[in-house]
Amino acid sequence: MTEMSVSAPADRSIAGERPRRPHEERAAWGLVGPAATLIGLILVVPLIVVVALSLTDYQLGAKAWRFVGFANYADLAGDPVFWRSIANTALYAVAVVAGSTGLGLAVALALQGSGALAPVWRTIFFLPVMASLVAMAIVWEFMLHPTFGLVNAVLGLVGVAPMNWLQNGATALPALAVIGVWQQFGFAMVLFLAGLSGIPTSLYDAAEMDGAPSAWARFRLVTWPLLAPVTLFVVVISTIRSFQVFDTVHALTKGGPNKVTEVLLYTMYAEGFEFFRTGRAAAIAVVFVAAMLVVTLTKVLLVEKRIHAR
Amino acid sequence: MTRIGLPARRFSVGAIARDAVLLALAVVTLAPFVWMVSTSLKAPDEILTTDLHLWPRRLAASENYAHAFAAVPLGRYLLNGVIVTATILALQLAIAVPAAFALAKSEFRGRRLLFGAVLLGLLVPYHAIAVPLFVGLHALGLLDTYAALVTPFAISVFGIFLMRQFFLSLPDDLVDAARMDGMSELAIVWRVMVPAAGPAISAFAIFSVVAHWNDYFWPLIAVSSDTLFTPPLGVVAFRNDDAGTNYGVLMAAATVIVTPLVAAFLLAQRRFVEGIAFTGVK
Repeated sequence: MTEMSVSAPADRSIAGERPRRPHEERAAWGLVGPAATLIGLILVVPLIVVVALSLTDYQLGAKAWRFVGFANYADLAGDPVFWRSIANTALYAVAVVAGSTGLGLAVALALQGSGALAPVWRTIFFLPVMASLVAMAIVWEFMLHPTFGLVNAVLGLVGVAPMNWLQNGATALPALAVIGVWQQFGFAMVLFLAGLSGIPTSLYDAAEMDGAPSAWARFRLVTWPLLAPVTLFVVVISTIRSFQVFDTVHALTKGGPNKVTEVLLYTMYAEGFEFFRTGRAAAIAVVFVAAMLVVTLTKVLLVEKRIHAR
Repeated sequence: MTRIGLPARRFSVGAIARDAVLLALAVVTLAPFVWMVSTSLKAPDEILTTDLHLWPRRLAASENYAHAFAAVPLGRYLLNGVIVTATILALQLAIAVPAAFALAKSEFRGRRLLFGAVLLGLLVPYHAIAVPLFVGLHALGLLDTYAALVTPFAISVFGIFLMRQFFLSLPDDLVDAARMDGMSELAIVWRVMVPAAGPAISAFAIFSVVAHWNDYFWPLIAVSSDTLFTPPLGVVAFRNDDAGTNYGVLMAAATVIVTPLVAAFLLAQRRFVEGIAFTGVK
């Protein structure tokens, strides 16, 4: 396969200018037809509908609805719970992105020189990525149990007083963030390992000869700059995933206590599927998509900037 | 993993410290799994106590697991999980692979538009369109059916994107030769392209199965009947039930639901890690 792919780029440029043939056109549409139809029905139409719904007061099951313009957005803007939800989502995302990226990078660097055991460590750290998050959330809930939980028992050994982690306003969101980092850092680790394996060993030798004897100097001069694209990628993916936090919130805290774990997707779920305020839920969905677009566009801009800086 | 980026310094203080830190982190990472299994083997009097120990003094495994299967239809949940993930994967491959091939290897009107729609789809998490999908399925009377669980995922724009990238790397000569031989386009897809795309397809399959076996958000919205619950819904329903305070049984249920994917992962680790890293774009 490797030797075949060498000729591919040249072939493509020729194919790009090849005149279209009618039978090829028909055959191609035969192949993309089902996909194009479904993309239209399941993706594009719902996307248009969600924007349209956000401009109405539609409630699921209601007979009548009216066009209300931007009233749903105005309501959201004046609703402290919604702002709370955005702030909590951002806080959670910052904590989980920083935690899982930092831990993922540290572990990947540590695994580089750890020899025969490296695959074992890698498997262990990747395990939470595979496991059903909601099932593991229930395990975490039990571990965080105020009376019979493992966490309080272990912390008790070093003199920390028992806490009701998930019901305490100061600790509920941090507890969910810890579960988030626990679940995600192995994913970051795998991406960093792939990035590290692409850095030629000769660069480290060169850095050492040029007078960068310490591991830290080599990291700063070689690893960190060469890993920058991977790091950006990991940060963006973790941010997008963190914005989608829902399972642990729904299973463990339902946004409580006192709204400290109210996050964007959970607010949308509650509005749309518990209170059936469909128009309002649609408006939250639009804000959610806008947040995703901001993250992605920021990434694109950063990549462009780096290309121009070179 | 065979390549070592930094000079190996065996038995140094640094190496020992590093291994100690890795070991501590491994203990924390594994703790929920170990505690889940350990609790699933214990009787209530050994669970509801502040005297914690890892291995039960009296093994209550058979009671807990039997109770878990008797209290809720765990077997049914697992079967539903298999039905839903398998149907989703089959549909995704059947629809995405031919489309990806055409996007990579054919010229046709609307190609740019279609690819644009694929890229747009990559930017939008399905959660954002859950409301209209729900309203649509409600209008069609399809809520609370297998169809509701599967339909939103019948098309995977990510699958199309991934396969297209892979097909682009295959030479056009391969396709032109097959066309010259008079093979139909569909035959080229399934008999020439798919066999060459093994790694990409298995990576996508792993990505899809992991995502949909573990998905909680959509099944929560789409179904309400116990008989249609997927494993994640099942374990939460169980917890919310009265049986939920019986932690031994609850942890047994969680173990049963987590085990299939974890076992598959342990059996084919390399493939999983590479598959997930490869599909990391999402």
